Amino acid sequence: MENSIYLDEARDPLVIAEGWMKDGKDVAIATVVETWGSAPRPVGSHLVIDADGNFHGSVSGGCVEGAVVTEAIDVIDSGKARMLEFGVADETAWQVGLSCGGRIKVYVERLG
Amino acid sequence: MDPYALKTLNAERRARRAAILVTDLGDGRDRIVREGDQVAGDLGAAIAKAFRTGNSGSVEAEGRTFFLNAHLPRPRLVVIGAVHISQALAPMAKIAGYPVEIIDPRTAFATSERFPDIALHAEWPEDVLKRQPLDSYTALAAVTHDPKIDDFALKAALDANCFYVGALGSRKTHAKRVERLLALGATADQIARIHAPIGLDIGAASPAEIAVAVLAQTIHAFRSRGLDAKGAAA
Repeated sequence: MENSIYLDEARDPLVIAEGWMKDGKDVAIATVVETWGSAPRPVGSHLVIDADGNFHGSVSGGCVEGAVVTEAIDVIDSGKARMLEFGVADETAWQVGLSCGGRIKVYVERLG
Repeated sequence: MDPYALKTLNAERRARRAAILVTDLGDGRDRIVREGDQVAGDLGAAIAKAFRTGNSGSVEAEGRTFFLNAHLPRPRLVVIGAVHISQALAPMAKIAGYPVEIIDPRTAFATSERFPDIALHAEWPEDVLKRQPLDSYTALAAVTHDPKIDDFALKAALDANCFYVGALGSRKTHAKRVERLLALGATADQIARIHAPIGLDIGAASPAEIAVAVLAQTIHAFRSRGLDAKGAAA
């Protein structure tokens, strides 16, 4: 579908988030807002998460999604947005990192 | 994120219209800005740049930090005419990141043998464009030389404000075409947007060289959107 000119409704994270919202679920949206070095996903990429920890999309090549999902569930509970930073230097703080050596900043917010 | 902003954003994306989600990273407030909306100051300048480049990023303005997430429809190229030029143009445009569709009602031309792996419609433009309308993120190149096939599509491209409209033919051929388009109700301003003779002037001679010239002109038109006449996108 990479060459499609229309939205891939079944896989598009923001479309999925809207669908979850219509189903009455609590949803968090994570967005890559900054990257340094060889980050696997570009600025603007989304991961969407529901309160049960289901998720779609990606903010890295699968390196930090687990940690983002955990944080997102807290954000759904508290309603307070968080800025997360991941990189090779953050291993002690996060215990997850980007094996590619890049660094990313991810903004996590509740939908609604 | 505001649920209404998400709904609006998805509606714009489905309709292949450009939109930017502007989020204040300090307080989390967000809003949707559509192409052509007036936003003042440094933030407005950053938004205009994001619409042009399609790049998302943070910007400092009014003592705050905003994140601009630019959602631009994927640009595409519609070619009227399954001719020799199109055989070179289609694969090159695809490689350059512009998905291609070819429309030509002449079934002898529009065959999958001549155009492997290319979206091909052996139908009249009138019929195809009714199902899949043109828009401002579509380029249209009319290369059949046949008014019966090209003219309707050219008029439709001008009405849909396609970011690029090109038509094959000499200046003499184009002069006659202009008269026909005026008769179809096109305005002089619209007609001035047609690139004819088609393609950047690189002295192209062979069909493949003309294809390079057309693709280069398409890319130039896309990357310089909104840099000239401000109202062109309105």
